[in-house]
Amino acid sequence: MAKKKLAMYWAASCGGCEIATLNIGMKILDVDANFEIVFWPCVADFKYEDVRGYPDGYIDLCLFNGAIRTSENEEIAHLLRQKSKVLVAFGSCSCEGGIPALANLTTKEEIFRSVYLENPSTDNPNGVVPQPVTEVPEGKVEIPEFYGMVKSLDQVVPVDYYIPGCPPEAHQIAAVLDLVMQDAPLPSPGSVIGAGVVSVCDECPLEKHEKVIAQFYRPHQKKPEPGVCLLEQGIICLGPVTRAGCGAKCPQAGMGCRGCYGPLDNVVDQGAKILSAIASVVDIGSPSEDEEEMAQRISAMMGTLADPAGTFYRFSMAHSLLQRARVDGSGDGEGGKA
Amino acid sequence: MSEERVGVYICHCGTNIAGTVDVEDVARWAGEQPHVVVARDYKFMCSSLGQELIEKDIKEFGLTRVVVASCSPHMHEKTFRGACERAGLNPFLFEMANIREQDSWATNDRKAATQKAKALVKAAIERVIHHEPLDPLQVEINSSTLIVGGGIAGITAALELANAGYHVYLVEREPSIGGHMAQLDKTFPTLDCSACILTPKMVEVDQHPNITLLSYSEVEKVEGHLGDFTVTVRKKARHVIEDLCTGCGECERRCPKRVIDNSFEAGLGFRKAIYRPFPQAVPKYPVIDTDNCLWFQIGKCRVCERFCPTGAIDYEQQDELLEIKVGNIILATGYKLFDPRRIPQYGYGRLANVFTSLEFERMVNAAGPTGGRIVLRDGETEPKSVAIIHCVGSRDRNYNEYCSKVCCMYSLKFAHLVHERLPEAEVYNFYIDIRTPGKGYEEFYHRLLEEGTHFIRGRVAEVTDAARQPGEEGKLIVQVEDTLIGKQRRIPVDMVILSAGLEAQPDAREVAQKFGLGCDANGFFVERHPKLDPVATMTDGVFIAGTCQGPRDIPDTVAQGAAAAARIASLISQRVVQMEPVRAHIDEDLCSGCRICNDLCPYNAIVYHEDRQVSEVITALCQGCGACVAACPSGAITEAHFTDEQIMSEIEGILWDVRPQGAHEAALA
Repeated sequence: MAKKKLAMYWAASCGGCEIATLNIGMKILDVDANFEIVFWPCVADFKYEDVRGYPDGYIDLCLFNGAIRTSENEEIAHLLRQKSKVLVAFGSCSCEGGIPALANLTTKEEIFRSVYLENPSTDNPNGVVPQPVTEVPEGKVEIPEFYGMVKSLDQVVPVDYYIPGCPPEAHQIAAVLDLVMQDAPLPSPGSVIGAGVVSVCDECPLEKHEKVIAQFYRPHQKKPEPGVCLLEQGIICLGPVTRAGCGAKCPQAGMGCRGCYGPLDNVVDQGAKILSAIASVVDIGSPSEDEEEMAQRISAMMGTLADPAGTFYRFSMAHSLLQRARVDGSGDGEGGKA
Repeated sequence: MSEERVGVYICHCGTNIAGTVDVEDVARWAGEQPHVVVARDYKFMCSSLGQELIEKDIKEFGLTRVVVASCSPHMHEKTFRGACERAGLNPFLFEMANIREQDSWATNDRKAATQKAKALVKAAIERVIHHEPLDPLQVEINSSTLIVGGGIAGITAALELANAGYHVYLVEREPSIGGHMAQLDKTFPTLDCSACILTPKMVEVDQHPNITLLSYSEVEKVEGHLGDFTVTVRKKARHVIEDLCTGCGECERRCPKRVIDNSFEAGLGFRKAIYRPFPQAVPKYPVIDTDNCLWFQIGKCRVCERFCPTGAIDYEQQDELLEIKVGNIILATGYKLFDPRRIPQYGYGRLANVFTSLEFERMVNAAGPTGGRIVLRDGETEPKSVAIIHCVGSRDRNYNEYCSKVCCMYSLKFAHLVHERLPEAEVYNFYIDIRTPGKGYEEFYHRLLEEGTHFIRGRVAEVTDAARQPGEEGKLIVQVEDTLIGKQRRIPVDMVILSAGLEAQPDAREVAQKFGLGCDANGFFVERHPKLDPVATMTDGVFIAGTCQGPRDIPDTVAQGAAAAARIASLISQRVVQMEPVRAHIDEDLCSGCRICNDLCPYNAIVYHEDRQVSEVITALCQGCGACVAACPSGAITEAHFTDEQIMSEIEGILWDVRPQGAHEAALA
């Protein structure tokens, strides 16, 4: 029987997903035995032209990691969609925008100013900023366009499955590849694979009680009491709002869940949901208290919450209801381009 | 979903809606929306003809969903659900768009109002497509009722229900029922003796076989829902065994410890350490005030025990916790008098001969501390002039903005009583406006004008004992701007009475939380509808009566007590009532046991199962408020009739003219 054809691609991402894939250990030999790698820029030298030459649907399984940040990312997303039977959004960036999508809290111009002009370590006396097209004596030089807004993969092409995580856990990747190698029946389209259906709390062994939070702490401000739910200790943990699958590694190490496995099936907006959950359990005092005092206390307490947008939407900004912040009116029509 | 057939009905509400919204245009436009098979506008949708229109269309067009755009669902949701049901459509496949209160009444801009009506109708259409048929919950009604507060409101309600043959538990915090009315001398405007008309009712309560009177008791905890409440009542230790006590009063006579009576006698009289608040107290059993009893304080005495002929004194008695089961609850917890010390310029507490209205009530009462004589603080001197200051703590932005409603009338009553007892005395009433709406009230005011009371229109600036002019020495001087003559006046008098307003009980908010009610900004309990449902609350099975809902006089209070009783009697006689199936539900397979929701439920409907590490909503207790639904971080809690899909669709509908195509689908993906 012919080997299945496997492709893996990175768009706007850090490379962690590739490393996680190699982290499956000796299983990589099974992968090699069962799959023919037809495109994987990180490990083998293929050109885009090679992929363009493949017939449509030639690739059996394409693992696409990284968000859509540039015109190149989008172009290859369309190309791989066309050439793949099964396209999987692989990792947080591809599933929901991930860390790169935090750029949606600001503007392209602001990013360029920081990176190319105002960064203390940048030496750019002529103030050169990347342009999609540059005229040089030899002719026109084109580079991919840097979009004003970061998107998830499914915001530019239809996606068959999602494997969440930043990065996905090696054992979850291995399990999914195993199923493909065994020709297991495909799950229903659009489903999240390599992860659970309940939240991280379900896997987390820390003891949980009724919650009333009086103050929030950043990780360096408090040594967590061992064995007790971090959230009730005031350490922000996105465990309750995050899909299980990782084995609750971070909370067990005393670090609140970052939320990388994304929201659960019934949740539309992960950040809004955790904000709503936390707002429900903050200590508002007794109902007989003066309302103004209560409001002041609540706002002081919320002030102890550092970087709420970055904390609650760390991985899900692009996939949230708002998708991006409106900065000085620049948000208008930003998404139209990509 | 795609095959749903929606009927849309736009109500003119006479000119209420049609005067501002172009209803024909909205109906025409609605008819062009996806899923809509018929759209009409009609003069009054709530009329029987309007309802028949819906019923006919459901049958003729095979409608599977109905939208009516008219008034608030508070008004007519039931009406239209009924119309759907009669035509064989599940009543929950109906949605109402409020284009009156939220649209036509809010603006005069016809174009904007029409556009908003479309948005609201579109929201209703998109929402109703996702509705699911629901069946109402059946609840059996326990025929017993708990009444909290034994003032005239509670007494009236208790007797009404008991006479109808239903059992009542009447819980009163004080040692006796009777409330404020028992302290009053005469009632306006008829000048009936307050005690004479009240005490027969108190006795009737005491002797009624259907009433269990729990005096000197307080409600600790309330659990359950309409039809089936479990209430924990703390019966405080009286240190008197009720089964043995005959109420002979020997203990009270023998007790060597005299205490200033700050509650019933408003500080003007004395009582003993073992006491009944007043001679006609119901029940007749005394209580030991352990803060003042010598035995409890210094371990000596036991005189009452020695002289009690039936051995009813029990120093070891402990509080008892009673658990009672009832189907309905009435709160009749009354008011607290405004404390005039909060207005220092009126001198109460500093100037001896400034009295509160309650002190004066006790003073003029023949059974009171002075035997009905009007005297100064020295207990002997009769005043030759009396000032009565209205609106103390009422109609005043510094204290309470509202009118306390009874002060004008009782101030007039005071003036009359002074004239009656001290015909030579001058009486001055200082008022902002005289408010006498009520049967015989205005007539009473005219009677006082004829009796020679001086009425001075103006808010009193100050009451002082600092004399500036001859004739002021040794007097209290009332400084006021007489606004009718436009002059400052200083009026020296011997006695000042401050007509204090009515305030909510200081613990009203805690009580409200215990019973799942809301309080307004002033602490008064909030009724379900200010006009049409004044004794019901937003919590099914919990009713309110009397001054705990807002200041009112005795006839209004009695009417409310009876009204609350009638509402409950009607529920009991139905035996089983149907309740909205709009409840939250936890999908145990999705619950991770994070316990975020556990402490949120105002109705204590959420339990956590330690063994399975999941939470559960007890359907019968849930009131469908949605607090847990919003909080559940896993989306494991859903609420019937308020699913995420329904709410998101509604929002998308509202934004129909601004949303990019496909945004809704992307958001839900």
